[in-house]
Amino acid sequence: MLSLDHVSKTYHVGAFGRGRLTAVRDVSFELRPGEVLSLIGESGSGKSTIGRLILRLMAPSVGSITYEDVDIADFGGRALKEYYRHVQGVFQDPFSSYNPIFKVDRVFGMLRAEFFPRVGSEEWRARLEAALESVSLNPEDVLHKFPHQLSGGQLQRLLVARALLLEIRYLVADEIISMLDASTRIDVLNLLADLKGRGLGVLFITHDLSLGNYISDRTVILRHGCIVEMGETGKVFGDARHPYTQDLLASVPLLHEKWASNGDAEPATRRSHELVEAPPLVPVEDGHLVAAG
Amino acid sequence: MSLHVDDLRVYYRTLAGDVKALDGATFDVADGEIMGLAGESGCGKSTLGKSLIRLDGRMRYAGGHVVLDGKELPIWDDEAMNPFRFHNVSIVPQYAMSALNPTRKIGRMIGELLRARGADPRTVESELARRLDLVGLEQGVLGLYPIELSGGMKQRVVMVISTLLDPSLLIADEITSALDVSTQKAVARMLVEFRDRGFVKSMIVITHDIAVLYQVADTILVMYAGKLAEKASAEEIVSSPKHPYTRLLVSSLPEVGVRYEEKELHGIPGRPPSLLTPPTGCRFRDRCPLATARCAQEPPWVEENGRGVACWEAASSQAARPSLVAGAR
Repeated sequence: MLSLDHVSKTYHVGAFGRGRLTAVRDVSFELRPGEVLSLIGESGSGKSTIGRLILRLMAPSVGSITYEDVDIADFGGRALKEYYRHVQGVFQDPFSSYNPIFKVDRVFGMLRAEFFPRVGSEEWRARLEAALESVSLNPEDVLHKFPHQLSGGQLQRLLVARALLLEIRYLVADEIISMLDASTRIDVLNLLADLKGRGLGVLFITHDLSLGNYISDRTVILRHGCIVEMGETGKVFGDARHPYTQDLLASVPLLHEKWASNGDAEPATRRSHELVEAPPLVPVEDGHLVAAG
Repeated sequence: MSLHVDDLRVYYRTLAGDVKALDGATFDVADGEIMGLAGESGCGKSTLGKSLIRLDGRMRYAGGHVVLDGKELPIWDDEAMNPFRFHNVSIVPQYAMSALNPTRKIGRMIGELLRARGADPRTVESELARRLDLVGLEQGVLGLYPIELSGGMKQRVVMVISTLLDPSLLIADEITSALDVSTQKAVARMLVEFRDRGFVKSMIVITHDIAVLYQVADTILVMYAGKLAEKASAEEIVSSPKHPYTRLLVSSLPEVGVRYEEKELHGIPGRPPSLLTPPTGCRFRDRCPLATARCAQEPPWVEENGRGVACWEAASSQAARPSLVAGAR
């Protein structure tokens, strides 16, 4: 289990880093195996920061993140490499995640050299094909191509396949489909659901409520770095308690229903960068927490 | 008839040859109509939008006519277009942040822009104040630099500037795509408001997000691989699309309320053809579950009851709509 315990992250901004920007405030939640947890928020809500903290690309300013009850800040050297075999991330822009002059098989070759130097060619090939198979890609179609010859959806699925080769247990998926076209994005989403079925825990970071609603078991709604509401997806979307969640839901463009003509919500007031106390979360029913105030 | 586009073709020059990004577009936009232009990346929707105001260096005019309010737009001639730009045709670009001069305060920039287009800033001063008020911005923004505004504020400033001279046609290119949902709603609403108040006569709203178009547009034109696929009212596109591409596209969109466990959605297998050497006939046929031998010929654009579709299958079997289910679900 991956769990965040009262995590905050403050960035130094401005000239000489004199300014402070608190991107994440007192966030606690856990990601269990075999579930998709959506982290939903608007820009500047700190959702990507949380993903990067989990991947240990940055360290939290306050609080701790534990993996199987060990603080990930303590990992070093071999233990860290082991951690990355279990927890991997896929990011928004698949076109910039690849080296443009490496063919796809070379990308996988580097992975093999780094993590599986002892695996024989035959076995590696079998594993590679199995991984590609599970993301519905035909090895013949993709392995000998350069990244520019593949579509965004294929590249994104290759990144997931790369993560699967490591036999990961948790995947941080940060806006992985927002750059994909409508006709292919849904297949990548279905792939996440499929991985979930195989016992993987997926942290699905998105700004798109309909995608989060489609795929996830539990949902965390973030605003200005604080959790405003979390719980089972059906409850958060079906019975939103916090006014912010309700506002968000009212603003989502639907396909068969026009926006209500009244209450044209003024765009949310701009975030204040000063650190304020995160409001405490109060349970309204089993597992459904809402920020007070 | 506000805008009439006839067989417009615009290609991109590349070393490998011409990329036929827009290959024969014919459509009308009526006065007071907000037409949504939808499609996936690379389908030519932005090329179409841009070509109505300015062809950039890589774009080559390859044929066709554009008539706005009875006058032909000389879109192939950069200089001859100048009198039309801003006065008759205006654009709100996707990235409002890069549309504003970062070294000028907003007010000064507007003054410079108006003078450059031969308009006297003093004559529109009161109108500018009124419109800023309408979009919920204070007069103070005129004294600010673009960097001091948020994304939504910049987008609104650009919208006010673009429509200041009451153009006939406004092209809004992906203006809501980079915004948060609540800001997106406010900006989208503003488009409709501007049309209702007569600041612009008609609009072409370009976006990949059909749900947003459904909220604001009267009609939606769907493009695929440089060609028009279907044009119909927003309601019809969403509830009873005819072209197989539109049908598959609309059915692949997740909505709030649709859950994976209850209803698994599917994408469209395959990818659009290369526009360097586009296939003859219907360009969707490689991905189309209904494709037959006939589709190797160019499908006719059939117009009926105010809606048009370019598909052999949809044109011939209006009554019995063949099911796409076998191929897709």
